[in-house]
Amino acid sequence: MSEHIDSVKTYALVFLGLIVATVVTTAVAFVDLGPFSVVVALAIAVCKMLLVALFFMHVRHSTKLTRLVVLGGLMWLAILILVTLTDFATRGNLGVPGR
Amino acid sequence: MANHAHEESLALREQFDTVEQQKDASTLGMWIFLVTEIMFFGGMFLAYTVYRSAFPDIFAVCSSSLNVYIGAANTVVLLCSSFTMVLAVRSAQLGRQRAIVFNLLLTLVLGFVFLGVKAYEWNEKFVEHHVPGPGFHFEGVAQQGPAQIFFSLYFAMTGLHALHMVIGAGILIWLIVMAKKGTFTAEYMTPVDIAGLYWHFVDIIWIFLFPLLYLIDRHLK
Repeated sequence: MSEHIDSVKTYALVFLGLIVATVVTTAVAFVDLGPFSVVVALAIAVCKMLLVALFFMHVRHSTKLTRLVVLGGLMWLAILILVTLTDFATRGNLGVPGR
Repeated sequence: MANHAHEESLALREQFDTVEQQKDASTLGMWIFLVTEIMFFGGMFLAYTVYRSAFPDIFAVCSSSLNVYIGAANTVVLLCSSFTMVLAVRSAQLGRQRAIVFNLLLTLVLGFVFLGVKAYEWNEKFVEHHVPGPGFHFEGVAQQGPAQIFFSLYFAMTGLHALHMVIGAGILIWLIVMAKKGTFTAEYMTPVDIAGLYWHFVDIIWIFLFPLLYLIDRHLK
């Protein structure tokens, strides 16, 4: 893999995108979206994460093995959260004591 | 391999065949470390998710007591530091010695600004008795327990994040000293690259902490 050097302009645009996203997420928090406010906040955060990871952390230029490791990390996180929530989110359903 | 008798240098250690292979190995190794960090912080995000779904109303009230403008401004400070960090890495890729030092210094200063603002916010919590413990008191909620859980999570998550920032600042200082000696060239800049990955990772953690801690149902207030 040969080294890619992105231009300052690319980084500046990504940076600008991140700032705009920060302003938007703060402004949207004051709007009543009901249960969707969490969804919107997290969607914006994920977009920002992708910008930082792909451009600033050079994932878009990295080897397939590195990308696999990054995806693997997110997969483990998903297992941690989703599998634990199958417990906590359904405890009330059976009237199990302790909740 | 034909060329095993190469001269050993920082850019090409004996055990690697090519400079590229060595760089890829460093990047991969750092990412594996970062995956352990994802899981480390992941446990806290999970605890947050479980307790927020158990006490959504109290979490919203507690979240609204945090100063959203300071939080947003600090997010911008951290994003700026990520931008200067990526410029430092770029300068290193191009072998521009003075630009490396300059951008690393800017990153360090912005990192300290972030920590300073954080210290101010924490101090406010002590003044307002919003620190979990015997003296805890949060007005406007019937149950103090869940409010304490929110602030416990607040301190644990922002504290752990700040600890990472302090470690990052230490790494930056070391990098600046090394860069001043002219250690980093276009051929060998792995430490700058790897430190950049760490710094951006810490930035990503904050990108999630900010909406989750500061921005819960703000419209209710």
